[in-house]
Parts: sequence; structure tokens; C-alpha cells
Amino acid sequence: MTGEVAIRVSGVSHQFGEKGDARFVRALLDTSLEIARGELLCLIGPSGCGKSTLLSIIGGLMEPTAGAVEVGHQQVRGPLPREIAYVFQENALFPWSTVIENVKLGMLFQGVPRPEQEKRARHSLAAVGLADFADHYPGQLSGGMRQRAALARALSLETGILLMDEPFGALDEQTRMVLGEDLSVLLSRTEKTIVFVTHSLGEAVFLADRVAVFSARPGTIKEIIEIEEPHPRRPEFITSEKFTSIRNKLYALLHDEIRKAVSESARIDRTETGRGGSP
Amino acid sequence: MSGRAERSAGRWASRAVQLSFLIALLVLWYGLTTWGHVSPILLPNPLAVLHELIQVITTGEFVGDLLTTLSELAAAFTISMVLGTIIGYLISRSPYLIEVFEPLLAGIYSIPIILFLPLYSLLFGLGEPSKIALGATISFFPIVLNTIAGFGHVDRIFIISARSMGASNYQLFRRVLVPAALPIILTGLRMGFTLALLAILGSEVLASLAGLGHRIAELDEKMDRAHMFAYITFAVVIAAFLNTVVSWLEAKGKR
Repeated sequence: MTGEVAIRVSGVSHQFGEKGDARFVRALLDTSLEIARGELLCLIGPSGCGKSTLLSIIGGLMEPTAGAVEVGHQQVRGPLPREIAYVFQENALFPWSTVIENVKLGMLFQGVPRPEQEKRARHSLAAVGLADFADHYPGQLSGGMRQRAALARALSLETGILLMDEPFGALDEQTRMVLGEDLSVLLSRTEKTIVFVTHSLGEAVFLADRVAVFSARPGTIKEIIEIEEPHPRRPEFITSEKFTSIRNKLYALLHDEIRKAVSESARIDRTETGRGGSP
Repeated sequence: MSGRAERSAGRWASRAVQLSFLIALLVLWYGLTTWGHVSPILLPNPLAVLHELIQVITTGEFVGDLLTTLSELAAAFTISMVLGTIIGYLISRSPYLIEVFEPLLAGIYSIPIILFLPLYSLLFGLGEPSKIALGATISFFPIVLNTIAGFGHVDRIFIISARSMGASNYQLFRRVLVPAALPIILTGLRMGFTLALLAILGSEVLASLAGLGHRIAELDEKMDRAHMFAYITFAVVIAAFLNTVVSWLEAKGKR
């Protein structure tokens, strides 16, 4: 890895609840990571491995139990709206505002002067292909278009860092594919630092410069795989030998962890039914 | 296009059925009082009522009573709206307070508060203050409960997302919490308005010195039946008009 470090994660652990609590969960264990400026890093791992937790900690939406995150040269202690923008998995657009009002509202919160808001909103909506839908309400758009609008809102904030928490998780395979291609084109122009959480191996290989593979809970980074392929990535990349071999490598790495995660949750299920069930 | 045309045709058809039902009721009323053996002291002829209604409206004798009722309504609704939304908002800020007060308020809401009218008359007299107090009490509950429900159950992702973009406390309130809660609060306000109107007209009929309800009770005691029915009709039209306006405002606010 070369270049300036944009995000430095050092020794971050996180747990929910206290030891001995029924709900005690150790989500993240001593995770360290450096993310270079302009890099797209994918976090991938079994469900519950703490990858979304790590994203929330980087974004300052959650405070880690131990360790620290630095963005630029300051330690993250809360949201940094000027440095970091978010795209969430769920639909986080405000349903009572039109698409363009949603985009402008983000800039209002961030403190962008009003005359500038309109210009930037139009520009970012055009970039995601929603120029003609500016005055629609989110309820009138398809799931894919809503995530494009959420992306436009995040882009209009003009932050150096973009955090994406399974942004296409709720979409169908084909919509995902098209959005992934568009995203690759769009982001290769913006030179943003991006951390992207996903469940999809294909999505990770197609989009990322590096893929961080998480172990089962308590999650920590098991291995980091580099993908040397220039951006924007072409659709042909998906059918190439290189794509398949990286995807297979990821699959092999993940397979054991997913098995571990599943048997872990099965064990928890059994002990819980055992406690509540017949004597 | 054709779908919309069909829907609008369907709407007109149901309007026509509703209208025919009302006309049938009027015809039945006319028939019973003209050819049936119903005493005019019990049920006056609709034409006599219409005649009285025209008298009531052209002479303007209704103005004083209408103003009394409307000013009581305005005062009661203003009190319950201000107290209901403010108290509801404050309760909604804490899960603990919601847990304590929501069931308590919902429990009191299910009591027929009009039963306390004698107590209100004792405390506030027979005049306007007792009607205002009763109307405000009754309409307070749907307003406070819906305000708690509206502010208390805003989707967390909206709040997280606004915070991540740097929203201040005031911006979060004004741009996220209020618009998210507004539809539910407006429903509470509409329900509260309807209940306040009911409570005020009802308590005027039972014990009062002035107002539309008072006039109806007075004419009832005088056995001036057609005149009384004219006032009932008038009150019904006013109530229907006010409820329509409030429902329209609710729909406009929710848009």
C-alpha cells in the first residue's frame, strides 16, 4: 500500500453489554487497519462479524470499547460531517421531502450556503442519473433509484471519505450489477476514500482496491487481498480469469468463517431453547 | 387514465347511493308526519322545520348562541392543542416517561369524561368556563397520546442519518422529528377537535346558560318542537362544516 493514510484504525475492540449479561456480545476484537487516500476498501465477512460496527465506529456514530480511529490527523469522537458522508443500507431518505430537497437538506445540515446547495444538488443528481426525478418523492422511486438518490446526497456533501453500509443489500441481483458498474465509473472520477461493507463476493471483487476479510465473531481482520485492476472496471472484468480466481480465493477464505458463524449461532439457539423449553 | 376515470365513476356512484339514502330518510320523515299518526309534539313535519330554520337564519337570532359555542370551542381546543403537544413532546423524549405515562393516559382516555360534568359545573359554574374546561380535558387525551406516538416512534435511521450529516439539535427537531411525527399528530388534533365539539354541545344541552346546545334544551322544555329541530339541523350543519374543514386541513398537512 502506498500514499497518504486517510483512515487509521488502531486496536479497535467493541462489545455490546457487559460480561455476564444475557445480551453480552463481543462484536470486534483488536482490529487494526490503514486505509490510503483515494482507496476503495471492501469489508466482507459472515453476518454479525462486526463489519458494520467497524463502519459506524469509523464514522463516529459509535464509540469503541477500546482502541481509536484517526481521520486525517484527528481522533474520531463523533460524526465528522465535513470529512465523512454515509450511504446506509436502509432507505434513509426522508419520505416527506422530494429527492432534491433531501439532497439539499444534507447540505443544510452540513452548513453549505443556500445558493450553492441548488447547484451542487442538480450536479450530483445528474451524476447518478436522476436529473429527471429531482421533484419526485422517495416513495415514487424504485429501490435502486432510492439508493442512487442516497448516493447523490452523500456525493453532494463533497467529503473526502464515503462510508457505504451494504448500500445495495436490499436490491435484486440485476439492479445491483448495474449500480455497481455505475458506481465504479462515478467513483473513479471523484478520488474519494471509500469503505464499503458488503455480503457479496462478486461486488467486493468488482469494486474494491483491497478486500478485508473478517473472521467470525468476535470479528477481526483475517486477511487483506489486493485487487490490481484499473478503475473504472469494465463489465468484461467479471468474466475474466483474474476475477474468478480472486473470487474463489475469497470464497475459500470466507467459507470456514461462515460455517463457524452459523454453528455458533446454532449453538446459541440450542442453549436458549434448552433454557426456556421443557425440563 | 381509464383507471382513474373508473375510480372517479365509482366515487360518484357511491356518492349517489349516499345521497339517495338521505333523500329516502327525508321522504320517510315527511311520510310519517304527514300521513302517519306521529304526534307533531314528538316529531314535527320537515316542512315546518324548514320554515323555522329559514326564520332562524334570516332573523339572525342564532348569532349569539353560535358565537358562544364557537368561542368555547376555540378556547378549549387551543388549550388542549398547546398542552397536549408540549406535554406529549416532553414525554416522548424519554423511553422511561413513555413507559410510565402512555398506558396511564390511554387508560384515562377510555373513561367517559363527560360523566364528570357535574363536578366541572361545581368547580367552574354553569357558564362558559365549565364548557371550556370539559372540552379541553376531553380533547387533551387524543392529542397528547398521538403526539407521544408521533415523536416517540421516529425511525432511528432518519435520526442517525441526520446526525451523520451534522444536524444540530434544532435542525433535527425542525427538519426531521416534526415532519416525521406530523401526520400522527394531525390525526390526534382532528380527533381532539371532534371530541371537543361533541363535549361542548353535549354539556350545553345538559347544563348551561348559553350556546347552541343550551338553546336546543330550552326549546325542548318549551315543547317548541319544530323550532328545536331547526336548531338541531343548524348545529349539525355547523358541526359537519367544521369537521370537514378540519379533515381537509389534516389531509393538506399530511400531503
